[in-house]
Amino acid sequence: MKSPSDNPAPAVATLETDNAVTGLPVLRTWRMVYLLVLVLFVVCVALLLILERTFS
Amino acid sequence: MNALDWLVLLGAILSIAVYGVWHTRGRHNTETYLKGAGDTRWFVIGLSVMATQASAVTFLSTPGQGFQGGLGFVQFYFGIPIALIIIAAIFVPIYRRLNVITAYEYLGRRFDAKTRLLGAAVFLLQRALGAGLTIYAPAIVLSKVFGWPLGATILLSGIIVIVYTTSGGSDAVNATQKYQIAVIFAGMMAAFAILLLKLPRDLTVPDALTLAGGLGKLNAVDFSFDLGKRYTIWSGVIAATFHMLAYFGADQSQVQRYLSGASVRESRLGLMFNAALKIPMQFSILIFGVLLFVFYQFEKPPVYFDQVAWHESAAAAAQAEKMNALDQKFSAAFETQREQLRAWLAARHAHNATAESAARAAATKAHDRVEAVRQEARLAVDAHGRRNDTDYIFITFILNYFPHGLIGLLIATFFAAALSAKAAELNALGSATTVDVYRHVVRRDATDAHYLRASRWFTVFWGAMSITFALCLTLAENLVQAVNILGAIFYPVILSLFIVGFFFRRIGGTAVFCGALAAQILVLVLFFTVPDSRISYLWYNPIGCVVCLLVSSLVQTIRGPDREPAEDCSAP
Repeated sequence: MKSPSDNPAPAVATLETDNAVTGLPVLRTWRMVYLLVLVLFVVCVALLLILERTFS
Repeated sequence: MNALDWLVLLGAILSIAVYGVWHTRGRHNTETYLKGAGDTRWFVIGLSVMATQASAVTFLSTPGQGFQGGLGFVQFYFGIPIALIIIAAIFVPIYRRLNVITAYEYLGRRFDAKTRLLGAAVFLLQRALGAGLTIYAPAIVLSKVFGWPLGATILLSGIIVIVYTTSGGSDAVNATQKYQIAVIFAGMMAAFAILLLKLPRDLTVPDALTLAGGLGKLNAVDFSFDLGKRYTIWSGVIAATFHMLAYFGADQSQVQRYLSGASVRESRLGLMFNAALKIPMQFSILIFGVLLFVFYQFEKPPVYFDQVAWHESAAAAAQAEKMNALDQKFSAAFETQREQLRAWLAARHAHNATAESAARAAATKAHDRVEAVRQEARLAVDAHGRRNDTDYIFITFILNYFPHGLIGLLIATFFAAALSAKAAELNALGSATTVDVYRHVVRRDATDAHYLRASRWFTVFWGAMSITFALCLTLAENLVQAVNILGAIFYPVILSLFIVGFFFRRIGGTAVFCGALAAQILVLVLFFTVPDSRISYLWYNPIGCVVCLLVSSLVQTIRGPDREPAEDCSAP
């Protein structure tokens, strides 16, 4: 069994490439993915408010 | 339950378990047992993260929460998108760069051995208590189906889960969760369809929503800033973000799920899958509970949904007469309420605003009377009000109104969810104990086979501990809230260790250790001395983190500078 310090860390170059690329067709950067998630969140809150106001 | 139900139930559960064992055959390495093979794709990670959180508690208890408290609970999940973005952007690359098996290994590298042990110990304590709570869910189902005492069903469910978890490990959890979640979604969709079909014929969905809204069940977003209110948009966006950061970023039961990904990309996409879908999913379960509430305004429910406890109390000689009287009082109040609701709907359909307003006021009053009788019933079962019946609402509906076959499917749904969540929890407890305590402190140089055996025994140990805790517990809260409250007591400390580690390079191990202890003491003092109506539990998370940060900064200033941590342990 390897001790934690013996665990080989993946190559830094591979990790950096991995960090930068989303591999998604339209959302090419992670910032765009995060932005989309935040927009979806705001839309969810807005829809909840509409439901509440419509039927209260 | 008839033969068809049993066929569906056993078929679904056994095929999932057999697939898990088959899929993981031949994997006898400690690292893959604990962490998975490291080849999991994002979609599987996404489902696995979702299934770990969406335990049987979610599917059993959340409809009851919607029934009782309406949609407001959805605000608890508002912290998820923000927290998961932070974890994907900062936590995941650091964990993967250091190639850790448990999150607490990071604390050892960034700080020192005692801070790693503190993080692991707080996690183990919190998760073991949490595992005791989640074992309640399948036990409640069994108790309801067979009419057995809860203690016996807790024991039976616990043993099933321990056998399942120790036979497969983390990879089995990942491999089967995608099928379990499929069973869960199929079951919930079937439940939704049946509920809509069972609503009175003259009651349209807009009518149902109008009644629910009029009786306060659709109040989803509360803008008032009041620390004593459990669920507001502020407690959701601010306090719950800390809570979710701790749960998804520092709780090994979740970290283990996304560290099994093939790359940073797969882990991140799996998390973003949850960031986008979790709120709509929880909303669907809560709105189901709200519609169940409307259904039970027209179909008479039992005065107390936990009928086993009700009959046990009624069996006591002194109680029998009182409970009989309560039953009759409830029937009368319910009939009045049903008439008033019908009058409200008639006025609404006639487009008579004045009559509708008067009918609505009368219906609200009648509903308050029904709720008052239900409260009397709760106190009749337990004079201290330490028990509640909301976790029994959904299962009562299933057993009384579902066609045979679908009853089996829904029961399978609860078991699938219970198995996946409990397996993930016990697996995480076993791995954290092996890696962070046993291998780190007790036996540093044993063989791989030895650690694998130790990990299985620790899993069994924690399973037994959680069963024992569940047997000693009486729940005043419904399950889903009890689990979250328990988390909020311990999460601030775990999270603050990681926040200091990532963002405050100047602060060393001894200082953060003191800060974390101070934060834990303060949170415990708040929990035991300040009523929830003044500071609600979600706020313990940011309060604890801020206190840890302040105290550790102070201690570090007094101690003078420590050795700088390694570059790759901090956020860029």
